[in-house]
Amino acid sequence: MNSSAALLVEDLSFSYGGKKALSQVNFKIQPGECTILLGPNGAGKSTLFSLITRLYDTRDGRIELCGFDIKQQTQLALAKLGVVFQQTTLDMDLTVLQNLRYHTALHGMGRKQATQRIQQELERLAMYDRRAEKVRQLNGGHRRRVEIARALLHKPSVLLLDEPTVGLDVPSRLSIVDYVHRLAVEEKLAVLWASHLIDEIYPDDHLIVLDKGQVKANGTVDEVLKVTETPTIKDAFYVLTQGEQA
Amino acid sequence: MRLLHYWRAMWGIIWRELWRFVTQRERFISALVRPLVWLFVFAAGFRAALGLAITPPYETYILYEVYITPGLIGMIQLFNGMQSSLSMVYDREMGSMRILMVCPLPRWFLLLSKLLAGTGVSILQVYVFLAIAWFYDIQAPWQGYLWVLPALLLSGLMLGALGLLLSSFIKQLENFAGVMNFVIFPMFFMSTALYPLWKMKESSTLLYHLAHYNPFSQAVELIRFALYGQFNSQAFIYTFVAFIVFMTAAIIGYNPSKGMMTRKGGA
Repeated sequence: MNSSAALLVEDLSFSYGGKKALSQVNFKIQPGECTILLGPNGAGKSTLFSLITRLYDTRDGRIELCGFDIKQQTQLALAKLGVVFQQTTLDMDLTVLQNLRYHTALHGMGRKQATQRIQQELERLAMYDRRAEKVRQLNGGHRRRVEIARALLHKPSVLLLDEPTVGLDVPSRLSIVDYVHRLAVEEKLAVLWASHLIDEIYPDDHLIVLDKGQVKANGTVDEVLKVTETPTIKDAFYVLTQGEQA
Repeated sequence: MRLLHYWRAMWGIIWRELWRFVTQRERFISALVRPLVWLFVFAAGFRAALGLAITPPYETYILYEVYITPGLIGMIQLFNGMQSSLSMVYDREMGSMRILMVCPLPRWFLLLSKLLAGTGVSILQVYVFLAIAWFYDIQAPWQGYLWVLPALLLSGLMLGALGLLLSSFIKQLENFAGVMNFVIFPMFFMSTALYPLWKMKESSTLLYHLAHYNPFSQAVELIRFALYGQFNSQAFIYTFVAFIVFMTAAIIGYNPSKGMMTRKGGA
């Protein structure tokens, strides 16, 4: 058990039948750290997320969330996790409030506590006034905000985001990127953000470059630039993935 | 505290399913129209063609509409069970199933809650159907309307578990159309929903045996007897065992270590 890391991935490998999707993946994320997982399509990002969220079984290697093994102590580990999936997972025919209440019920929160937490999270994202609206009426950026609020309701220690800004306009994208980076610092949240957009990376972020199921680089932005001897992340990415598009 | 968590989560899942059903008016109406068409059109037309002997639980000659009513109740639950699993395939494709699966509760419990929610919706449909049938002069003894509730719960769970099991094997929505053709229709027509067993024996022994061992027939008989205040122990045991078998297989199917999940592209 590693008590200091919020998320620990150790010697993780995974195959679909005979096709290797992840090979010997190792990294850890500390509380308060925002880690960007960068990789081209098919690099294994979604597989990694499915393994961390226990949608797939971990056969080779180990995943720990706040010291809890995802395979042995599944429920304790999952209680520490907040997730924003790539596709929207809100119920379009329910209101914002109903969607969030459903989530608090799944996490066993009482009505009073749920009401309080929902208000806090929605207010932080300036969405409290929209709580009675059906999700269908919200635009893409606002839906994403609701999903982020939902992922934080049960006060997780680790927040996973799987390309959450795909399809959003620039202002919505920037505000979400900024919000999540602030969350990591203010709430001491460990963030793992899968992305293929280089402008979402902040200078203080940690960077993991995944390609063909293997970790090609793991370190701060400066460290990655130094190792690859490149001036920009774009160049570093190009070198590490041998010219593939992010 | 842990128990409270289970209770809140289960209630949350049931509430969401009921609310969605009630607010989706088209779904509510179409769920009712199907059995009502069978009752008002098919049964009325067949009344003259089919003679029925007195068989338990009936104590007198009955109209075909009366005979077919428990079968149509079964039909409501069969379609609902399959529709719930259809929504699970949809949920999985769209991702909202993931939200359920990553919450910190055992997967078997989440599936059971989902199943209970679907069964609750089917029971709601059945009672509305029975109310309309009552005005059409298809009236069971008043106690029957109470006795039928536990029977509906078990039959709904059994048929829902079957749907759940099928949904664990289905990767995409498109494949579900095949299941409708290969599961719903054979199950419904090869059962005691539309004609009694003895009538079937007259025309085909094979059909008779298929219908006899069809779990849907047993569920229909459980409902039929309960509606007349009687307990059919054979139908109860058969339906209960079928529920346990389907549910166990569905839980295995949804288990990331043992089931189909790792084989699939999506969760």
